[in-house]
Amino acid sequence: MAFTARHLLGIESLSKDDILTILDLAEHYVTLNRQPNKHSNALAGLTQINMFFEASTRTQASFELAGKRLGADVMNMAMQASSIKKGETLIDTALTLNAMHPDLLVVRHPHSGAVNLLAEKVNCAVLNAGDGRHEHPTQALLDALTIRRAKGRLQRLSIAICGDIAHSRVARSNILLLGKMENRIRLIGPRTLMPSGIREFGVEVFDNMREGLKDVDVVMMLRLQRERMDGAFIPSTREYYHRWGLDAEKLALAKPDAIVMHPGPMNRGVEIDGTIADDINRSVIQEQVEMGVAVRMAAMDLLARNLRSAPQEEIMA
Amino acid sequence: MSTLFTNARLIDPEMGREVTGALLVTDGAIAAILPEGDKLPKAAQTIDCNGKVLAPGIVDIGVKIGEPGERHKESFRSAGLAAAAGGVTTMITRADTIPPIDTPETLAFVLERARDQALVRIHPLAALTKGRQGREMTEIGFLLDAGAVGFSDGDAVTSDNRVLARCLTYAGALGALVIGHVQDPGLSNGAAVTSGKFASLRGLPAVSPLAERMGLERDLALLEMTGARYHADQITTAAALGPLKRAKAAGLDVTAGVSIHHLTLNEFDVGDYRTFFKVKPPLRSEGDRMAVVQAVADGLIDIICSMHTPQDEESKRLPFEEAASGAVALETLLPAALRLVHAGALDMPALFRALSLNPARRLGLPGGRLGVGAPADLVLFDPDKPFVLDRFRLRSKSRNTPFDGHRMQGRVLGTWVGGKRVFAWGKDDVA
Repeated sequence: MAFTARHLLGIESLSKDDILTILDLAEHYVTLNRQPNKHSNALAGLTQINMFFEASTRTQASFELAGKRLGADVMNMAMQASSIKKGETLIDTALTLNAMHPDLLVVRHPHSGAVNLLAEKVNCAVLNAGDGRHEHPTQALLDALTIRRAKGRLQRLSIAICGDIAHSRVARSNILLLGKMENRIRLIGPRTLMPSGIREFGVEVFDNMREGLKDVDVVMMLRLQRERMDGAFIPSTREYYHRWGLDAEKLALAKPDAIVMHPGPMNRGVEIDGTIADDINRSVIQEQVEMGVAVRMAAMDLLARNLRSAPQEEIMA
Repeated sequence: MSTLFTNARLIDPEMGREVTGALLVTDGAIAAILPEGDKLPKAAQTIDCNGKVLAPGIVDIGVKIGEPGERHKESFRSAGLAAAAGGVTTMITRADTIPPIDTPETLAFVLERARDQALVRIHPLAALTKGRQGREMTEIGFLLDAGAVGFSDGDAVTSDNRVLARCLTYAGALGALVIGHVQDPGLSNGAAVTSGKFASLRGLPAVSPLAERMGLERDLALLEMTGARYHADQITTAAALGPLKRAKAAGLDVTAGVSIHHLTLNEFDVGDYRTFFKVKPPLRSEGDRMAVVQAVADGLIDIICSMHTPQDEESKRLPFEEAASGAVALETLLPAALRLVHAGALDMPALFRALSLNPARRLGLPGGRLGVGAPADLVLFDPDKPFVLDRFRLRSKSRNTPFDGHRMQGRVLGTWVGGKRVFAWGKDDVA
């Protein structure tokens, strides 16, 4: 049950036990977050810095709230606007921040692997809040918690992930996590938005959404980014919606109790019909947001415990 | 002045054989090969090779030197030291400098710096198009007269086939060698790794290995059209070998090279975003690597090169996508290539056919062979000597080698250029 990692950089390096440890602790924080007094002292005295090199509202707010509820001193740095524009390298920025003795560094960066690089250069715990198209581990964990609460289990489920798989770190982390937990994963989307070698990940790939959704327990929609919409990857948003958008007719092919998920923010009428997104009997999209705060509290709590129990010289090294 | 090398394993790639014996150098040229048992002549100086290997010095096509423009990454002096320590006796320098070598005047600068600073022979390449922009051809005739041995825009591949066809036609008429980087520019744009499971797992922009076949086939069709002399700088995929073989069989004047990194490393070596393994084209699958090694053994791929590309720490300590491409290799070329010999993939004469003989022949240079009358450009090495590579002991100004910490086998003991010793292992100073 021991979760001993120093950083949370991706799902790839987590064991099944690590995942369950985080989810179980997150359940505790779900309960806490529903109390009138939502405060804990798990991170009291610790400093959390959120460094977002890429615009984000929800994820940053979620991490900020998680840190504050745990009693950490939280600082947000909007990196797009700051030193990066002045030509400072990522590593110099990291070393500068490191000198301020943060305990937890939450990082989002537009380039794959950038958070790993940064983690090599700092003494504190680093949480990956999304790096390029590589990983977004807390999103996969919050999705897993949402699925477990809705379905009562996190294994032997048939789960469809639909849309722009190629450019999605959410898809990669979810494929890794749900695969580790022994679920059947189906990927659905236009081939221009499928990554190379994807079949080797132990997934089934479908061009046709109707075939792909047949009898699945979970439908996970991905956001189609605006820059992919015009001609280069798909011909138009209306053709995309027609073939790969989730509407009532296509959803009817999934199991009657199948849940609908979306990491947000949604493009209504592009990848998902607004009425489905708002259908409280099918959509767990709001629940995902709630689980996000709890999962991030759990992840930071566990990393902080490891930070405190680590031998001092290791931290100084 | 004469020097006698005794008790050596003499590698003769021209005859494809290895003999034990002695070699006499007089006035900077090889004067005699004396197999074991022959009476040894008198010489001013005798060097006992102790049964180690004496081979023709390496002729390395495509060395990047940071002059002009990036002398902090590599100078003619530092590159010369590295080359001498690596057994490279002739460097064919690239034109992708800042500014590019695209006029006789910049070429003259390079030759002057080379003459004043470098320990080994240097023959420069010149750009094929002005500014390596792929629009107008350079003064190929003047550049040839000024000493360019080949023409290449390096990794700036033009997508304008008409421009390239004219360049090839003009160069062909003058007998100039054109060197192409055979990666389709559209598909390769922005790619950091080869497509496949690993690329997708790391979330890195990737290019299909077929982009190389496409680039090669485009160039081969233009060769058929124009009849130029052509060398493909790096063939790194199995898919490109078929078209190469057919082009050679059809009698096109084409040769191909491969970098040492593509012969000894594969895509998985990138591991956790290790930018020292970011090269152009990107490292390939193990299947491709094995196919390319076999193609070198078969002689289908003619030339092994270092593709020496110095990058400073700042250019490499970046997220993988943003990091600069390329690796230094002048000093590691031979020990890394010896891995292929130790693995049984190549024998010693075949290795030096690819490292020395073929590149010299392709460029019309007199070196690269161990025959009477050839210049005494020699490397003496112990092929079995093990060591662990420490990148901070490299002589290059830049230390971006993927082999840092690797166990290597094969140590250069001495290097001679025109009979003059330019490197001796164990001495701090170069004679």
